[in-house]
Amino acid sequence: MTVNRREFMKWVAATTGAAAVSGCAGTGGPSAGRVVVVGGGYGGATAARYIKEWSPDIDVTVVERNEVFVSCPISNLVLGGNTGMDSITMGYGGLRARGVRVVRGEAVAVDAAAKQVRLADGSTLAYDRVIVSPGVDFIYDQIPGLQSAEARGRVLHAWKAGPETVALRKQLEAMRDGGVFVFHIPMAPFRCPPGPYERVCQVADYFKRAKPKSKIIVLDSNPDIVSKAGLFRAAWNGLYKGMIDYKPNSELADVDVKGMTVKLTFDDVKGDVLNVVPPQRAGDIARTAGLITANQRWCGVDWLTCESTVARGVHVLGDATLSASAMPKSASMANQHAKVCAAAVIALIKGQPVNPTPMMMNTCYSFVDGKNVMHVASVHAYVAAEKTILPVKGAGGLSDKPSELEGTYAWGWARNIWGEALG
Amino acid sequence: MKSIMIRAGCAAALLAASAGGTALAQDAAQARSHAATCFTCHGNEGRSVGGVPPSLAGQDKGYLLQALKEFRDGKRPATIMHQHAKGYTDAQLEAIAGYFAGVKAGPGTAAPAARGGY
Repeated sequence: MTVNRREFMKWVAATTGAAAVSGCAGTGGPSAGRVVVVGGGYGGATAARYIKEWSPDIDVTVVERNEVFVSCPISNLVLGGNTGMDSITMGYGGLRARGVRVVRGEAVAVDAAAKQVRLADGSTLAYDRVIVSPGVDFIYDQIPGLQSAEARGRVLHAWKAGPETVALRKQLEAMRDGGVFVFHIPMAPFRCPPGPYERVCQVADYFKRAKPKSKIIVLDSNPDIVSKAGLFRAAWNGLYKGMIDYKPNSELADVDVKGMTVKLTFDDVKGDVLNVVPPQRAGDIARTAGLITANQRWCGVDWLTCESTVARGVHVLGDATLSASAMPKSASMANQHAKVCAAAVIALIKGQPVNPTPMMMNTCYSFVDGKNVMHVASVHAYVAAEKTILPVKGAGGLSDKPSELEGTYAWGWARNIWGEALG
Repeated sequence: MKSIMIRAGCAAALLAASAGGTALAQDAAQARSHAATCFTCHGNEGRSVGGVPPSLAGQDKGYLLQALKEFRDGKRPATIMHQHAKGYTDAQLEAIAGYFAGVKAGPGTAAPAARGGY
């Protein structure tokens, strides 16, 4: 039997009722389901894009509190004076043009029983599945000196890119040559494992260029550099020799904002500019929604679907999750969570089987100066017997040394991951 | 020849559409899922914004598979690809190469620039 393609498609549709075979069910047809995404960052925006792209008949709404997206990756380069805020600031117009509804607002509650999200303005959004991608919020309980907004305005974290990035850059610009920058790093896990050490490189690069008599004191709660330790040490002992004093096991006791002093358990360290990154946990909405399952900080998920282990129909992505073994809290990882979750949410809404063997890949680039970059990479595969996703043995690794070639790949990574989320 | 190809294609589509053909549909979904792990650096559907790292969309399947295996076996110079390629089985690499070969080449779509009022 020989049939042409058009006749065949008509026949398939008639005999199986499979509208999907003829391609995407048209927009304007009946909705296959409603997905609400809380948070339009690397996790949420990417998940929204792929649900819409892979299944246009699903209604997708993103709730995002900010008008624009500001990228944490690359933001350390703003501190170093190696790029500007415009290069890391993007809009939601591309996502809207794809048919995703983007609502500017603050989600204040997720009611898993009623299947709706409530916003601060009192409005509600009904869903069949909700994806919560709130990033991190900071734990200030153990830092008495940083309780007030005024204190937090003077001693910044700049660990969410945006106004604090600009403000910290201004503090560094205003500092005298010969001044001391004191930087405190919390105990892991925190957002972006290599990020603090890249920041040290960027500030050192700026000082070397503009304020060569200045010093950097790094107070790390951890016993050693958390990521790319050998590579960062080489940069500090080479490019920035004599500029950086690294003090491991430096647990934070308090911050004296008036005296511009970081107080450790056994030592006080005074500086001209202080930068304290507090410990972190899943963003506020995850806590309000009762999604936190581990150490009062992180949200446990089933890595086949990113569905919460405690709330049916609620998925959690990105830094807010209780990381699987050797899984970093990174933009790359949130992007990979998003695609696994998007495919799973579509399958669950349509009653199809979920991919039983998802994989995720991580790439984190760090700039040691304006151009030279090094990476850490890993590949993760779902292991059914362990019911989790685990790093693939023998895969992944580090750069041998920083290079300008990897600098071009780092910017390429940024353009492409931004394009996936918002392009 | 053409009618044979059409018949083969019909058989595949029919299998995918029928309840008995979910395995094929699942294979396709899995190939897309594995290829999507590459999008992060190489762009949505392998269409790289600005072309660095290179676009994968529309490249020859044999070429892509050979390159991936050479990366994995340390026979092709790389900064990072030798480390990523080792994470996938032969069958997965083949599915990924096949996926990108089946995507139409084209420019990537950049995120729209915006000003934050800083």
